[in-house]
Amino acid sequence: MVHWTAEEKQLITNLWGKVNVAECGSEALARLLIVYPWTQRFFSSFGNLSSPTAIIGNPKVRAHGKKVLTSFGEAVKNLDNIKATYAKLSELHCDKLHVDPENFRLLGDILVIVLAAHFGREFTPACQAAWQKLVRVVAHALSYKYH
Amino acid sequence: FSSRLFSSFPQTKTYFPHFDLSQGSAQLHGHGSKVLGAIGEAVKNIDNITGALATLSELHAYILRVDPVNFKLLSHCILCSVAAHFPNDFTPEVHAAWDKFLSQISSVLTEKYR
Repeated sequence: MVHWTAEEKQLITNLWGKVNVAECGSEALARLLIVYPWTQRFFSSFGNLSSPTAIIGNPKVRAHGKKVLTSFGEAVKNLDNIKATYAKLSELHCDKLHVDPENFRLLGDILVIVLAAHFGREFTPACQAAWQKLVRVVAHALSYKYH
Repeated sequence: FSSRLFSSFPQTKTYFPHFDLSQGSAQLHGHGSKVLGAIGEAVKNIDNITGALATLSELHAYILRVDPVNFKLLSHCILCSVAAHFPNDFTPEVHAAWDKFLSQISSVLTEKYR
């Protein structure tokens, strides 16, 4: 089980309360697809991903980004039980979606960068450290059921 | 970016037992400037990063021997700092270019390791 200090929990939940999930989610997914173009391999049904502008404006990217980050919110709400929270999603990503878990780490780091861009100074080193831990734990939980 | 590195990835502190790593330390500030200076050299010689950082490459290979995984961690923290300081300039395209650029610098600095 992951141990969170009271400070870490506060840093995470306080920031989360200010996050615009739709906006940050779509931005994080768009940046993943732009910065690491090979990740587009999972989204051949999404239509036009031919340029950064196309990706950012793509409605399927926006919708999916929001979906992904909304799900991330479940981790924030269940910090003491992240593995169980993501058990079914882990099976899905392995058995149906066939996603290499490395992609969870890539997206997690991109999310941290998006938070840094949105919150600036408020995203202190301590705040970043708590969030790095969270994205690492979420990535681990999502890969836990892989076989 | 160094306080972000040491807070988020404490294992990186093992390379600096001889440093005062408290925030605001003169040593940290000086070293951070050195790192940024080298990045600046790479920017100026972007079509020949290998040449521009040749000495640094040898330093890292034979003397410092920093495990390659740490270059990714540092690059990530540099990107976070840049994003936090210049949110309007740090568009997805700029982000992609910088990620690629820092990745290239990391490759150059580790290419003589073996």
